[in-house]
Amino acid sequence: MIFGVDVASMLLGGVAAGMVLFIVSVGLSLTMGLMGFVNLAHGGFAMLGGYVIVQAMNHWGMGFAVALVLGFVITAAVSVVLERLLYSRLYRAAELDQVLLTVGLVFVMIASVTLLLGPENQPLRLPLALQGQIDLGIVKYRTYSIVLIATGLLLAAGLWLAFERTQIGAQIRAAVDNRRMAESLGINIARLFTITFAAGSGLAALGGGLGAEFLGLDPQYPLKYLVYFLIVVAVGGLGRVTGVFYAALLIGVLDFVLKKYLPQGGTAFIYGFTILLLLWRPQGLFGGQAR
Amino acid sequence: MFKRIIAITTVLAATTTWAQAQEVKVGVNLPYTGIGAEFAQLVDRGMELYLKVNADKVQPYKITLVKRDVKDPSGANAKIAVQELLTQDNVDILAGWIYSPNAIASAPIVTAGKKLAVIMNAGTAHITTMSPYYVRTSFSMWHAGYAMGDAAAKTLNAKTAVVGYTDFPPGKDSLAAFKRSFEANGGKVVDEIPMGGAGAVPDFTPFFQRAKDKKPDVFFVFVPAGDHAAAVVKTFAALGMREAGIKLIGPGDITQDTKLQAMGGAAVGLITMHHYHADLDNPENKRFVEAWKKEYGATSTPDFMAVGGYDGMAAIVHVVQTLKGKVEADKALEALKGWKFNSPRGPIMIDPVTRDIVMNEYLSEVTMKDGRVFQKTIGQIDAVKDACKEQKIGPCAPK
Repeated sequence: MIFGVDVASMLLGGVAAGMVLFIVSVGLSLTMGLMGFVNLAHGGFAMLGGYVIVQAMNHWGMGFAVALVLGFVITAAVSVVLERLLYSRLYRAAELDQVLLTVGLVFVMIASVTLLLGPENQPLRLPLALQGQIDLGIVKYRTYSIVLIATGLLLAAGLWLAFERTQIGAQIRAAVDNRRMAESLGINIARLFTITFAAGSGLAALGGGLGAEFLGLDPQYPLKYLVYFLIVVAVGGLGRVTGVFYAALLIGVLDFVLKKYLPQGGTAFIYGFTILLLLWRPQGLFGGQAR
Repeated sequence: MFKRIIAITTVLAATTTWAQAQEVKVGVNLPYTGIGAEFAQLVDRGMELYLKVNADKVQPYKITLVKRDVKDPSGANAKIAVQELLTQDNVDILAGWIYSPNAIASAPIVTAGKKLAVIMNAGTAHITTMSPYYVRTSFSMWHAGYAMGDAAAKTLNAKTAVVGYTDFPPGKDSLAAFKRSFEANGGKVVDEIPMGGAGAVPDFTPFFQRAKDKKPDVFFVFVPAGDHAAAVVKTFAALGMREAGIKLIGPGDITQDTKLQAMGGAAVGLITMHHYHADLDNPENKRFVEAWKKEYGATSTPDFMAVGGYDGMAAIVHVVQTLKGKVEADKALEALKGWKFNSPRGPIMIDPVTRDIVMNEYLSEVTMKDGRVFQKTIGQIDAVKDACKEQKIGPCAPK
């Protein structure tokens, strides 16, 4: 019984961490799969969203849910502006140029946020109902983790439906699999990309706000967690919602378990795991065949 | 005409040499950007506040701060910054050092540069043995860690403890200090958990879950103050560890004043051992906190890092005055050995043997008072020396 409680609380902790990774990373996977665009500034959108959400709650007195929606909308809007102004000029450029642009953008974001609000962590105070512990019958666990898991599952289900059952989802899938063919069939890739980019950045914003309880929120955020987001995308494969979902869960749970049982080396283990995995399957665990 | 030119030149030359004799350049190395930016601001403000409030004590000399950004706790950037301060800016005194790895990496350069170097935060105990020019106005991890081990066993009557620490030199130091005195007093450390590095705040949930499973009486945590500390308190509350009968204890990093109000009710019940918190009840501290709020805003608060910078600057001003503006390292060290000062943290002294600080330690409990989070002093130990060097343990033993 004790063992069962142990495993349950471990899984819950790991899955909750995985959900945050999924929500932030899914947009990155889609935009990379769609255009082959290496957007290293993706974490920056998560941070921007997080900041909007915290500001909305602490200074404009909004509720958590309303603030999340606002964070999504504002970040998505900002990302569209940036996409049209900056990103769109480099679609056909070499990967190095894209990396330079987006890394530069990260530094601009870090500096702007520091200038406006200072270098310190932004405290996100959860609503009282989400604090504390909840009794799940077999185990008592922190309420917020459970809420996070439920939210992540809902979002994943929604995304899966949008991806598999709607016109636009079909277009994205087609474009990821074979961009030239999709273009010659009359699919407007540029418009598709803008929409995906906006949605992906908005989701990242949600992740920034929802994950702030675990990951914190400060100007260094986009660089601190970039590696994790990239690992999830690399393991999950490009342009796959389900792939990213499983990869995020896998990384979240593995990371949690290793940190708990092997804290001496567990924090670095995840990198070793990723290297081995990519040597074995360069296209990612859930990615299609490399083209 | 010719005479006049000569006269003017002589006067000019005279005034410039006069002005040079008056100016003392202090080379400050702090992580002004990056994860430590918040800490740098506190130490920087502490130094500036001392100079501003005590402008009359600095007269007739002029202290110029040359500030360099060391960016991170890696050590490499700090080493470069210190070297540049010495060779390019020709500073008379070095000051700063938030992170221990930076002070450790800079030590050979400081020794080669032969300038007084005032450590204003970095707390790994043996740092001061690494260069004869290091003087520390902040603390050693052993000040709080060793005293806390004692208090945990005697005052809190704890039998078992789990130690969680950030895996870098001061973390290991804090663990060693706590463990030594706790176990000497009949306690037992049942688990030691390294919890990631200082460079980024990890999700503490897995580590805390592990600690909770061990069911100790107390959970001693050392993490760098700031965001690490805020996350620790949050996770401790969220995992229901207090309800499970575990007390969260540690050095004052986990109840850093700048983070305390945002922690809110989650922090209540925390017990810390430290040399400073803004709620300390002494006249010097009242003046200090008041001056701070006047200068930096009513919602801002000083903390132990700010005091490290404030007292460090007091030490520098003392040196400049004693040596009449001509700072030579060996004479400066002589001037500081045994120097006493009435600090906001209570009376302090620089130990003439170890060049480390001697100060009071306060056992405090977090409570609520008038709707704000308040640190209540529940115990005090006077004139505490760094136990690591006093007992000549490991790297603290003189070479």
